[in-house]
Amino acid sequence: MSGTASTYVPKSRVAKWFEARLPIAGLVHSSFIAYPVPRNLNYFWTFGAILAAFLGIQIVTGVWLAMHYEPSATGAFNSVEKIMRDVNYGWLLRYAHANGASMFFVAVYLHMFRALYYGSYKAPREVLYILGVIIYLLMMATAFLGYTLPWGQMSFWGATVITNILAAIPVVGDTIQTLLWGGYSVGNPTVNRFFSLHYLLPWMIAGVVVLHVWALHVTGQNNPAGIPIKSGKDAVPFTPYATIKDVFATCVFMILFAWFLFYQPNYLGHADNYIAANPAVTPAHIVPEWYFLPFYAILRAVPSKLGGVILMFSAVLILAFAPWLDTSRVRSCNYRPIYRQFFWVFIGATLLLGWLGSQPPEGGYVLAAQVCTAYYFAHFLIVMPLCGLFETPKALPGSILESVTGPGKQVSGSGMPAGAAAAPTTKG
Amino acid sequence: MATTSATAPATRDGSARTDGPHEGSRRDFLFLATGAGLAVGAAATVWPLISSMAPDAETIAAGAPIDVDLTPIQDGQIINVFWRGKLIFVRKLTAKEVTDMQAVPLTAMIDPAPFPTRVKSGHDQWLVVYGNCTHLGCVPIGHQGNFEGWACPCHGSQFDAVGRVRHGPAPINLPIPPYAFETDTKIRIGEGGKEAA
Repeated sequence: MSGTASTYVPKSRVAKWFEARLPIAGLVHSSFIAYPVPRNLNYFWTFGAILAAFLGIQIVTGVWLAMHYEPSATGAFNSVEKIMRDVNYGWLLRYAHANGASMFFVAVYLHMFRALYYGSYKAPREVLYILGVIIYLLMMATAFLGYTLPWGQMSFWGATVITNILAAIPVVGDTIQTLLWGGYSVGNPTVNRFFSLHYLLPWMIAGVVVLHVWALHVTGQNNPAGIPIKSGKDAVPFTPYATIKDVFATCVFMILFAWFLFYQPNYLGHADNYIAANPAVTPAHIVPEWYFLPFYAILRAVPSKLGGVILMFSAVLILAFAPWLDTSRVRSCNYRPIYRQFFWVFIGATLLLGWLGSQPPEGGYVLAAQVCTAYYFAHFLIVMPLCGLFETPKALPGSILESVTGPGKQVSGSGMPAGAAAAPTTKG
Repeated sequence: MATTSATAPATRDGSARTDGPHEGSRRDFLFLATGAGLAVGAAATVWPLISSMAPDAETIAAGAPIDVDLTPIQDGQIINVFWRGKLIFVRKLTAKEVTDMQAVPLTAMIDPAPFPTRVKSGHDQWLVVYGNCTHLGCVPIGHQGNFEGWACPCHGSQFDAVGRVRHGPAPINLPIPPYAFETDTKIRIGEGGKEAA
């Protein structure tokens, strides 16, 4: 996928025969073995691999849960309890799936932080980045659909609130809502089709992930210095360097996952979801899952239904415009003294929005959410374009190697085989 | 295909076309007709997929009108009934509530609606409204809030005793389902009335 001619040489006759017909071994070799990786990557660059692992975990546990789950308004809640009590290791499958979703979002938010801080969205990686935003949107849809499936109180009322959000869309909103419900309210047809869609979307995510990785291997990875690979000395081969580092980081991340899974499996959920859905009673305090809280706070910050809905969707979609809103030529925040400070304010405002989303919508909480929402959008629409124009960035290092060893120093030899980094040099 | 490759260079280098302009227009026509056929075919293929997501016959049949007996309902009491899976509040207003609600000035409302539009004429005591908040669909709690009506626990909307929104973020009043009085003590929900907002 790197766009370079593969350096893979099949050894056995069978491998040669196969490679001449389907060069998949060469593809794997050039993408995951010989692929040149900037030598200065830090651990923020391991979340791609961690996310791939979690997509796998979610798909495997999900397929197995589907063997026992019953997608109907009368059967869903009981079948989930059956999974917990009667199915061998059902508790493990379900807790791994539920907490796996949260870990998936932890990893994706760190991955997105990396992209925003180090300017990975800037040319030539715009398409790569937008594919990432699309994956994030698909993840949010999948997570919402999945959360409705246990058909507890939070499931039911979450489905009600979110489908009512869609009804706010002018002209076609009511039609979309009826088509999603399959009836006149959230009910049996709704849970049935949400299950179908929840099973469908992960495969769409997997498809976009393939494009995401493909685009990555065309442009090459960004790095903490934000400068392109200029010579073989700037890079190391993917295997073993990145492979081992990714595996190690994934193992460390799995410790966090395992802690939630085995010690706090319900910490990130809501107790109300262990009460079967009741369309006559709304839980006293409705909040979405933690990973939606900043957007929920933005929704509630506006005292108008349609306005709140528009701002909430805009808050996600504006991410896709970052490559053109940011006017700076320097990618990495490490070399952008002014923008970096605004960036941390942005991160602070987003985290604060997350906390405010979990609080009741009254008084000072609403005012604070309005202030944070204003900054969230101002960061993209005002700070990003203006900082690039007025800021004087720090001097960039001469090369990736220099950013690691310091100026003037040289190391003998290269991490890469001769010529292996030729293409990324020109594409940078 | 052989004829195409033979004539193509002649037209590409600008020399006279032996087949005349009508050859091109015939192609244009075929191109457009094929495209139009594809578009119609695609729409015809997608239509059943979308249509199948609409409420099915069973769901529609289960949405037949329901009768509600009003005799057991006490003054001030709110009962929940379901029609088409939707929660509906039936409320018997007290005499004080009726007087209070008639006295509310239209300027104090977000979605102004005079009292007579909220009840059936001659049945001032009876209110029938959908029980989901018009903001995002939560169930407001009865006899809560500052307006003798409902308060929504989710996002703080408040409704008065006849279901008119008096405090946002809900944009409109609780809608009134179609219903009619069969007798003075029995209503039929699902037919006989206009779907008023």
